[in-house]
Amino acid sequence: MNDALDVALRLLVVFVVFLTFPLIIGQTEHKVMAHMQGRLGPMYAGGFHGWAQLVADGVKFAQKEDVVPAGADRRIFQLAPAVALLPYLLVLLAIPIGPGEGAVGEVIDAGVFFVLAVMGVGVLGSLMAGWASANKFSLLGGLRTAAQLLAYELPMLLAAASVAMAAGTVSLPGIVDAFEWWWLPWQIVGAIVFFVAGLAELQRPPFDMPVADSEIIFGAYTEYTGLRFALFLLAEYAGIVVLCGLTTVLFLGGWHGPWGADGLGWVWTLLKTAILAFVVIWLRVTYPRLREDQLQKLSWTLLVPLALAQIALTGVVKVVNS
Amino acid sequence: MSLAAAAAATATVAHAATTAAGATVAHTATTAAGATTTAADTHGFLSPTGVEIAFLLVGLVTLGAAIVSVTTRQLVHAALWLVVALGGLAVEYLLLTAEFIAWVQVLIYVGSVVVLLLFGLMLTRAPIGRSPDADSGNRWVALTVAVASAAALVWVVVDAFRTTWIDLDGAAAGSTEVTGKALFQNWVLPFEALSVLLLAALVGAIVLSRKAKANPPAVVTSAANEPADNETPASGTAASGPAASGTADPEKEGAR
Repeated sequence: MNDALDVALRLLVVFVVFLTFPLIIGQTEHKVMAHMQGRLGPMYAGGFHGWAQLVADGVKFAQKEDVVPAGADRRIFQLAPAVALLPYLLVLLAIPIGPGEGAVGEVIDAGVFFVLAVMGVGVLGSLMAGWASANKFSLLGGLRTAAQLLAYELPMLLAAASVAMAAGTVSLPGIVDAFEWWWLPWQIVGAIVFFVAGLAELQRPPFDMPVADSEIIFGAYTEYTGLRFALFLLAEYAGIVVLCGLTTVLFLGGWHGPWGADGLGWVWTLLKTAILAFVVIWLRVTYPRLREDQLQKLSWTLLVPLALAQIALTGVVKVVNS
Repeated sequence: MSLAAAAAATATVAHAATTAAGATVAHTATTAAGATTTAADTHGFLSPTGVEIAFLLVGLVTLGAAIVSVTTRQLVHAALWLVVALGGLAVEYLLLTAEFIAWVQVLIYVGSVVVLLLFGLMLTRAPIGRSPDADSGNRWVALTVAVASAAALVWVVVDAFRTTWIDLDGAAAGSTEVTGKALFQNWVLPFEALSVLLLAALVGAIVLSRKAKANPPAVVTSAANEPADNETPASGTAASGPAASGTADPEKEGAR
């Protein structure tokens, strides 16, 4: 009974995080983008600096009619948002925010493989949406999504492999346990490759060619309305939480801090995640969208070689050190 | 509290066979389900454990998904049912404590191979609704080959692992550490031979796409190689492994 209660409690906590963190990041994005562009952003909803804007947005989405285009493949069209969103919930289960068994949803032996595998599944949602919409813009968006995933999955995996080599384990808590401060300069290239490839996999600007609004309206999500559309947006923000959390855990030492108090490890994890999320928003405001060929070129001619070089460096240091 | 290793071995076969597309998956899934029943038979039919029941049920789902994926007339649906079948296999690995293999299965097959399939389908033809031409004239030959290969695999594997059992209560027999040690101590040579094979496939793909590049519509032709791959869920012949590495390269070519 106690075990069941424990599991239920963990699931509940992860679920609450899954529901609230993406909204917090979304609201932060509203405000940060606005201030970076010399605007105020939402100011009315909720009274204080528009804090309830996303709640209002949610209510608006829920009221809208759920339209399925006549020519669409009904069932796949309706299933796609769930396929896009659920993998991120599963990944959140495996990300540790503090030391010990208590601060992770579920300790998974091959954690790195689990998170990368499940994150890749999320892209199937966009593909299904793009195909089932019976819309040429959607189909183009789906194609671009697939091409982007194929290009960026490899450097992401290689960068993660490098840090797993350094730690000598593929378990996420194990990697953070093995972390030392000098890993930061040692793995910095891998960290950047991982973060950039992750951004591309989430289709965040400047890698948002699959949803490029000036060319293909909104890519795979063009035909979606109401709650299903909101689910896709939620998946994007949940993806940011997951990517920032993963980068923190793999490369930035998770709960280790310069003056680490033992009980406050989770604060460090959350702080690093939040800073990375800010960087994600910052990049969106700063850089113009990459063209499709530039996008592919960046991955194959820059990120993959960099990741391979990082793996070589990791191997050399590892051998010399031992 | 242990499962017959016959079941585990069939799962391994299934893994080997997922490199062959759709039809074969269907039949290995049959064998997985079949082997579980025999396992329950020899190890107390009337008191199957929860894991054994779950294994059987997941096997049935996998089998169903695999059969639908080879019989459906809707091309994209076939690819999506393949996702269910491959995911079901991953769950079977998990139930047999082979965690590492399970995640790799999801990463490679669901995350990459199916995405490649879908990409190829969308790039060439992916009509919504039924495609009347999504049928093969030699379906009986394909069925015979599939049944024969499935029978051979089941026979060999069941015969080889008849008396081996997995202890589900002890340390995980398929954890990352155990798998890694087995792979790089006992199986290094096959592992290296396989990587050479993949390298050869990769080089071959590059050579093919280079030749095609002399003509202006290079990217289109290299992408048009895809349908041959895509129709395999319907006819079930070609292996998708080398094809996967082959299609990754036109990507690279297109990037230049």
